Amino acid sequence: MNQGANGSTPPPLASVEPVVVFDDVSIGFEQKPVLENISFQVRAGEMRILLGPAGVGKSVLLKMTNGLLRPDSGRIFVFGKEISAMHEQDLFELRGAIGTVFQEGALFDSLDVRDNVGYRLMEEHLPDDQVTARAAEALRFVEMEPAIDRFPSELSGGMRRRVAIARAIVTNPKLILYDSPTGGLDPITSTTIIELVMKQRDVSHTSSIVVTHRIQDAFVLAMHHFNRTTNQMELLPPHQTDPNTSFLMLHQGRLVFDGTTKELVHSSDPFIKEYIS
Amino acid sequence: MALDTIDSAAKRGVLAVQEYVLLSSRAVSDIFRRPFYRDDIYMQADIIGVGSLPIVILTGFFLGGVLALQSASTLQQFGAAAFTGQLVSFSMIKEIGPVVTALMVSGRNASGMASELGSMMVTEQIDAMRALGTDPLKKLVMPRIVATVVMLFFLVIISDAVGIAGGGFVSVFLLGQDASQYFHTCYQSLEYPDILQGLVKPIFFGFIIATIGCFYGMKTRGGTQGVGRSTTQAVVWSSILIITTDFMISRFMIGIFGR
Repeated sequence: MNQGANGSTPPPLASVEPVVVFDDVSIGFEQKPVLENISFQVRAGEMRILLGPAGVGKSVLLKMTNGLLRPDSGRIFVFGKEISAMHEQDLFELRGAIGTVFQEGALFDSLDVRDNVGYRLMEEHLPDDQVTARAAEALRFVEMEPAIDRFPSELSGGMRRRVAIARAIVTNPKLILYDSPTGGLDPITSTTIIELVMKQRDVSHTSSIVVTHRIQDAFVLAMHHFNRTTNQMELLPPHQTDPNTSFLMLHQGRLVFDGTTKELVHSSDPFIKEYIS
Repeated sequence: MALDTIDSAAKRGVLAVQEYVLLSSRAVSDIFRRPFYRDDIYMQADIIGVGSLPIVILTGFFLGGVLALQSASTLQQFGAAAFTGQLVSFSMIKEIGPVVTALMVSGRNASGMASELGSMMVTEQIDAMRALGTDPLKKLVMPRIVATVVMLFFLVIISDAVGIAGGGFVSVFLLGQDASQYFHTCYQSLEYPDILQGLVKPIFFGFIIATIGCFYGMKTRGGTQGVGRSTTQAVVWSSILIITTDFMISRFMIGIFGR
């Protein structure tokens, strides 16, 4: 968020260490394999859009990325540290550098918006006025500042999702994980949320993994960019896609696609063709 | 087929015990690790301790009263109605005070903890807390254990006192006994092991209420129905464990002190 205010440019992708590395990761529940032999990378400033049908394990993959779930086999590296081998106590510290937006927002219903957004800052024992100022700044980013004193139960689904994004970005994380940020929302609200995700990508250049099963959201992210001057997203010129956005696709527990927007569109895989049609 | 069912049920049982022991031991070890959520402990102490005060006073008073009523009529048959106070104080301090107070607090708070944490679990708030870098065991479970153990200890003392007062009220105003005689027999026959037994029990019971409530809350799955199931199981299992533990502590203390 602050980086965006300074107007910094994203680092060239090839030159930097990957932020996330999945190396032959598998996980199952109650002896049923859910994800098998998953390998991919997320580099600094890169947005990976994770597609796949409902129930394929997208959220599971995301939860493994911040250590909420541990793989049965394989290794996961985040910021160069092998989180699959880390103790839970050490993971709490690492998660401070990862922002997570949960499927339904997962706001703390007994706390107001200010306390929800400033939760992590309060845990770090920052003075009250600083917590309020930074929570207000994050809420301004998602255009929710007027709701600072309201409780989650008083907000609509879209508003809750925006507050969840504010909570995820308040500490300026280096990596953001979005778990179906538009799931269950109407098309207009979905566009607003996608615009915010894009704003975070293009203004702050934060690395991210966006889980979605809505192909239209994925293509909006790939074919638009956020214009800071007009404060709106704009369609990229024809045949041009965002260079920092690429795709992953899961099918039947396996990673069936890892590539750019163009490669996805021109894929000859019958499942992918059917999925994106 | 039947063997498979027994096998999987046994495995589930062992797994549940293992998870319970892990959760309890980690939460207890969190007491000695920073950050120390002092404000959360005070808040839980207020909810659990102060919030349970009315029901503990009411049940304590009437239990003491009914004890006096029932024991006086039996003792009268042997010409020993003068020992009503002793019987009430013995029963209240060693058994009924700790057990009934624990059961009341369990009904009110183990269910509350299970439903609160269960709701947080099914709405991913616990995951969100972990994702925000906070250990839910430290933030949510540890304060509840500390608050329940400390507050139940004092609630039991209050319940004992109110119960003896209730017994006194019934003995004096309904049975026409002498107040001085009642209260004298109440404390004169008491010895330190009796008091110790009554004060050791709430420590164990408080631990059981908080850990069982939190355990079922933290393992809630399956939406609102799951929350309901966890709440019921928390009350049922904490009640069973309170009574079982009461027997074991009583046996142990009687074994040591001979009374």
